[in-house]
Amino acid sequence: MSAPTDTGTPAKNVPAATPGKRVVRALGTGIPVYVLLVVLLLALLVTDPGFYEPDSFLSFVKRAAPLVILAAGQYLVIVCGEFDLSVGAIVTAGVVVAAELYGSFPDAHWLVVTAVLLVGGALAGLVSGLITTVLRVPSFITTLGMMLILEGAVFFWTGGSPQGVLPSAFRQLGRGTAFGWLPWAVVACLVAGTVAVLVTRSDFGRTLLATGDSDRAAALSGVRVIRVRTVAFILSGAAAALAAVLVGGFSGVSAQAGRGYEFEAITAVVLGGVVLGGGRGSVVAAMAGAFSLQALFTLLNLQGVSGALESTVQGVIVIAAVGLGAADWSRLRGRRTPSGSGPPGSTPTGAAPPGPTPPRPTPPTGTHPSGGTPS
Amino acid sequence: MLTMQGVSKSFLGVRVLHDVGLDLQPGEVHALVGENGAGKSTLMKVLAGEHAPDTGTITLDGTAHTFSHPGQAQAAGIGIIHQEFALLAHRTVAENVFLGREPTRYGLVDRAAMERRTAELLAEIDETGITPRTLVRDLSVARQQTVEIVKALASDVRVLVMDEPTAPLADHEVALLSALVRRLTARGLGILYISHRLGEVFDLSRRVTVLKDGRRVTTVRTADTTPDDIVRAMVGRDLTAYYPPRARHDEIGDVTLTVTGGGNSRIRDIDLTLRAGEVVGIAGLQGAGRTSLARALFGAAPFTTGAMTVGGRPLRPSTPRQAIRAGIALVTEDRKTEGLALRQSVRDNALLVTRAVAVRGRPPAGREVTALLGRVRLQSRGEDQQAQFLSGGNQQKVVIAKWLAAGPRVLLFDEPTRGVDVGAKAAIHTLVRELAREGLAVLIISSELPELIGMSDRIHVMSEGRLVGELPAGATEESIMRLATAGSQRPSGAPDTRREGAA
Repeated sequence: MSAPTDTGTPAKNVPAATPGKRVVRALGTGIPVYVLLVVLLLALLVTDPGFYEPDSFLSFVKRAAPLVILAAGQYLVIVCGEFDLSVGAIVTAGVVVAAELYGSFPDAHWLVVTAVLLVGGALAGLVSGLITTVLRVPSFITTLGMMLILEGAVFFWTGGSPQGVLPSAFRQLGRGTAFGWLPWAVVACLVAGTVAVLVTRSDFGRTLLATGDSDRAAALSGVRVIRVRTVAFILSGAAAALAAVLVGGFSGVSAQAGRGYEFEAITAVVLGGVVLGGGRGSVVAAMAGAFSLQALFTLLNLQGVSGALESTVQGVIVIAAVGLGAADWSRLRGRRTPSGSGPPGSTPTGAAPPGPTPPRPTPPTGTHPSGGTPS
Repeated sequence: MLTMQGVSKSFLGVRVLHDVGLDLQPGEVHALVGENGAGKSTLMKVLAGEHAPDTGTITLDGTAHTFSHPGQAQAAGIGIIHQEFALLAHRTVAENVFLGREPTRYGLVDRAAMERRTAELLAEIDETGITPRTLVRDLSVARQQTVEIVKALASDVRVLVMDEPTAPLADHEVALLSALVRRLTARGLGILYISHRLGEVFDLSRRVTVLKDGRRVTTVRTADTTPDDIVRAMVGRDLTAYYPPRARHDEIGDVTLTVTGGGNSRIRDIDLTLRAGEVVGIAGLQGAGRTSLARALFGAAPFTTGAMTVGGRPLRPSTPRQAIRAGIALVTEDRKTEGLALRQSVRDNALLVTRAVAVRGRPPAGREVTALLGRVRLQSRGEDQQAQFLSGGNQQKVVIAKWLAAGPRVLLFDEPTRGVDVGAKAAIHTLVRELAREGLAVLIISSELPELIGMSDRIHVMSEGRLVGELPAGATEESIMRLATAGSQRPSGAPDTRREGAA
């Protein structure tokens, strides 16, 4: 048959990888984004020597925080093979709802309002998740619809110009500091990041990745695919609500508060080398992608490039990141080290997975000598 | 009329056809039989231009052809009716018949001419139940097959290849097809008829060619032979590979799983008992329902009727999760799409089941994975290696490790060594026997009869969705094949004894 023989594989328990190699393996598909992030941070240093003053650096992290949190949430959805386009609208809705809540209950505790927003975001995620998994509406459509519904509802509710102000207690998380120097937003970002890492390392996180990789294999291994995917949407919605609290904190009430965040979050995740279609990529790299994007915007701003070009730059990045990822390094590598696992000229079918991939073992139907079909 | 001579074909260095020859006369049905993997389909694909032969010639009416594209074979007058139909469900019969070569008038499709010509063709074969304007999706499977045949006739074929034409049909439809085949031969068509069902073969064909392991064993006049002779020619080979010793009597323990009267849309009347320590084999031809049986036991395509017990308790799993909780594991036939998350690491794959299905009182399997991977004799570049980079045999070992981590008591194997090289095969065989010895109940489905015979303590033979017979350890291939093909040896005109809706 076409399968390579066992005798061809290296002996088992190859000596432990060197520390360097181990680091490279741990970084995985995220390596390019870490390199990019370092380069951008160095460029910022050159452009603006004051950038690394603690205050100004912390304020950079603070500004990046909502996007980092959104990227972490978006990562969970993308890695199980779906999309969440509704997060920007959830941010907007969150800010507006908070303002309206304070309009009705001026004395509400900020923790209560924050909790209401988080629950609301999670509910929006639950709805998107159930529609996607149970009704099998593609998530692209579901969350696009959710985005339009939320945007329209906000517009209808506020007449386009939201009224009300957010009290400073609520805005503390967005613009206040702990100990007089550490922005709460940075703390929130760290906490969210830690939670995201713990989630992806948990049993849930591993089954989430396996589901994104092959939902059939996952289901036949006892994974409750519908539940796992729906939870990813819930977490993404809650992350968006948390981002809404931060955004509301530092930019105040507006009907445009979250506009464009969904695409920035997806760009960040893709930049982090996370494979669209699921199953591959790390949440740390996705968050590094968010920092890189923020650093890039800051750099462009410092260089005097018009902010209007931000979306153009973003478009180029998304295409470049996916394009480079999909460029299929394996074909280059495969040419150098021909392997017996596939016939020459066998090209992978379907979406080529970014990152190093070996020539795919040919599907049995193509090479099964009998041409027989399984019973 | 048609002659194929010295046809050889290799895929990736594996020779699947050795110097095969075949000829066909006008008005003749020439049957082609052989076990799964004997090379029947490949030979037909060479004839249809889907595969170019490495050596050999195809001569049609005195003209030598080398087909490098299906279109050329079609133009030369060779039509093929595949097991899977190539019809557009939402188009009419006429549109399908003339797909790609619609008659035109003034540059527009001449619908009237198309429908008239289709009606003529339908009338020629006495098919009255189909009108040219019927939508294909509204037709039964048998009628869709007829449309495929009409499609071939519309392009003036001389040679018609039919690949397992009765596989999708109900019994009464088989009789209709047989009648149609006779009418076609009466018109001078030559028909190459591939079938597992010896009943049909003896009913319809003038000559039979038996293929085995890519070689032609014999071509005989059907009238001069018997089904037993054909079966012997299909399987005659030596059992050379090594298999671990079977279970001794005292090693076979209590009943672990029972099914009584189990059935669903694909299988029926399943009565099965699996015991601890015992390896039970399921034999059968393609499409006999073996995989459906495994999936039913595992709750992936559940039984809809009948009763099932696992470990003495009644349980008819309706999801894989329930089956897993009850201690049932299924090593699927297609490990690349159903067994593994290919881009995840060996470790993550091995832990997938235990992470997904929490069971009370089972410690987290994290630590044991290394021991487990050693146990299945995995050869990898470490537990971080992605499953996709492993060879077929090692991938299969990861799948087995995944299930062992969950501590099952019933292990179902569907084609456990398909696409696995010889070394890993032996390792898997040894492992399966070891697991049985430790008290697991094992069920093995395999199309490789030597493997099935070598591994099993008992063999059930399946045919047309039912368990048609049970054979003891060491049954011969002939006895198995006789049972597996017997289900269809009724003359095709026999009364329909099958239950309604059980097709």
